Amino acid sequence: MRPEQQVIEMVVLVSVGRHPITGRARRSDQDARGLELALGLEQQLPGSWISLLHAGPRSEASESALRGYLGMAAGAGMASGADQGLQSLMLLEQPEGADAISALAEHLAEAMPQLVITGTRAERGEGSGLLPYALAERLGWPLVNGLAAVEKVENGMATLLQALPRGQRRRLQVRLPAIISVDAAAPAARQSAFGPARRGKLEATPVAAELDQELTEWQMTPARKRPKRLKIIKAASARDRFKAAAAKAEGGSGQVLEGVSSEQGADAIFTLLNEEGVLRR
Amino acid sequence: MSEMCRRDPRREWIARNRLHPEHSSVLATLGSIGGGAASEWPGPNGVLRRNPHGMGFIGPNGIKRIDRSGAQQGGQVPGRGRQAALATRRRVEIPEPAFLVVVVPERVGGRLSSHDKDLLGLARRLADADPERPGAVLAVVFGEHKEERLGEAGIDRLLHLRDDAYNGFAPEPRLAALTAVERELAPRHWLLPDSPLGGADLGRRLAVRLGERPATGVWQIEADVEAPLGWRCTTRGAAESLDIRRPLPRVALALAECAEPVDETRHAAEPLALAIEPPVTLSRIEDLGQVAVDPAGVALAEAEFILSAGNGVKDWEGFHHAARVLGATEGASRVAVDDGYMARDRQVGASGTWVTARVYLAVGISGAIQHLQGIQSCDKVVAINLDPGCDMIKRADLAVIGEAAEILAALVAKVEQQRGGQRDAA
Repeated sequence: MRPEQQVIEMVVLVSVGRHPITGRARRSDQDARGLELALGLEQQLPGSWISLLHAGPRSEASESALRGYLGMAAGAGMASGADQGLQSLMLLEQPEGADAISALAEHLAEAMPQLVITGTRAERGEGSGLLPYALAERLGWPLVNGLAAVEKVENGMATLLQALPRGQRRRLQVRLPAIISVDAAAPAARQSAFGPARRGKLEATPVAAELDQELTEWQMTPARKRPKRLKIIKAASARDRFKAAAAKAEGGSGQVLEGVSSEQGADAIFTLLNEEGVLRR
Repeated sequence: MSEMCRRDPRREWIARNRLHPEHSSVLATLGSIGGGAASEWPGPNGVLRRNPHGMGFIGPNGIKRIDRSGAQQGGQVPGRGRQAALATRRRVEIPEPAFLVVVVPERVGGRLSSHDKDLLGLARRLADADPERPGAVLAVVFGEHKEERLGEAGIDRLLHLRDDAYNGFAPEPRLAALTAVERELAPRHWLLPDSPLGGADLGRRLAVRLGERPATGVWQIEADVEAPLGWRCTTRGAAESLDIRRPLPRVALALAECAEPVDETRHAAEPLALAIEPPVTLSRIEDLGQVAVDPAGVALAEAEFILSAGNGVKDWEGFHHAARVLGATEGASRVAVDDGYMARDRQVGASGTWVTARVYLAVGISGAIQHLQGIQSCDKVVAINLDPGCDMIKRADLAVIGEAAEILAALVAKVEQQRGGQRDAA
């Protein structure tokens, strides 16, 4: 181990989630994964500190949901002996329906953390997933989405693993300060402990709020099931329609190599695999 | 020219009129065009005579088929039906579009995905709403592309940006290119797929850069004269639990199945170039390339490349070795699992996993219908089998008839040789 430890300051943006079945307020799944990622990073780099930040109204339901995050961080600060940050959550108090972006951007510009971790989408309201992008544009910081892990932080550069579809991973290097957003590929969040959640403090600061006018003009209804796409068969004759309905899956123009040596056959397969780019070099 | 079917109304009329003096000779020539000898003709006493041997045609499997619906006459050349389907597409050219609809397809593996095609269908709806003043659909494509049928997907103009800077995860150069498009062409609509691979990320970056509030998760649009752009959209919000109806903004990120893909028209896909090349920006995010992931650890349902074994595999050691060398996830048919050669969670098919691989290499699998159902959404299927008549061969894009173990061994040798060569060169 090197004598001088890299220490970084992280802010985890947390939101009030919504249980998918009961609809009750809870800690948001993606934000909790973000906090889990931050806690993992704190163990990697002892002495780093994490602060939790939320902008929104303060009510009984949202408070209990936000305390869920504090319960996750129980005991996490003890390893380094640091006693700040983890026992409290910064709450930028705003009325319901206010625009959180400007309040968060102002706070972050002041605090200047090296790493801002957020979930990809909120579980309430519009849920457009635009917030990290808007913050990155305001602050002029780079943004990386869909993170699976932070590998290391060195000399103001972070090496990250980005999750791709199909279980693939991509390694990226980004200059700090940066915003990273996590989705379902990030490590699953730990349980929230009740006692520390109760003991944690919410430091509420009222901030100026501008109402999101556009949002109030939209019609919002509970999601209805999307219609299933019908297989539309455009055929001139009954025979064609029957054939289309009864057809097995066919590969169109399949090429069949018969009576070739195994080398020639392997050659053809090799060319196809190369064209598709599935063979790793 | 020989493909074109020419009709001779006079001859047809003679063929219908059995009292015509040239009737039988015309019938004979017509019959020879159709399929061998004439199968029906009037006898000397006016009685209809039939030759049952002259009827029908020889099917693809060498069996005689008689089709009484009259739709199919004579042995059909394979692939003709598809060509005819292409020829029937109406050709559409829009020389002077009233406005532009820009689509940035995600293109998995260099080809348009079904999501892209749906999105292009949506773009066509926006562009063709007013037949008097049609808009053009411009597709912006980064890096290499392998898709040949861009016009049939509904693309009028194609902006192909080939620079190496756009490869991999390069949101900042791509964003710079799209802002250059915005500055130069000022499109009315921007459409991107709301999919994790590219579209969702790039679309949000673009919207924020343009200062627009995008609609995300759009799944339906309808015309509305009161909205600023003449459209309303329905989007999914709040973790899929809310439907939001709102006017369609300039930037929209649409979900899969947001519209029907184009299937009646063929468009020009004319190449287009920007007058001013987009500036090369210094990216703050560096892509260090993909990380080798253990293919055995990838879930079968989301594996990209599957090597699947069936009853025809005898050399299991060789099969596992091949999967390791090729870097493929292993799958199996039900028989191989039942016989205990593979684990149950590796079973592909109706009672196992429905896979979505881009390339599916089936070794010694004859293709039971349950198995074929499981690989329905695979892009390319390669089959190695001894039996040239099995169903898997019919489904496969490339089929090699031969001994599975030998072909796999040759393939493994080839891949190892290529890798070895590269290491030497480096």
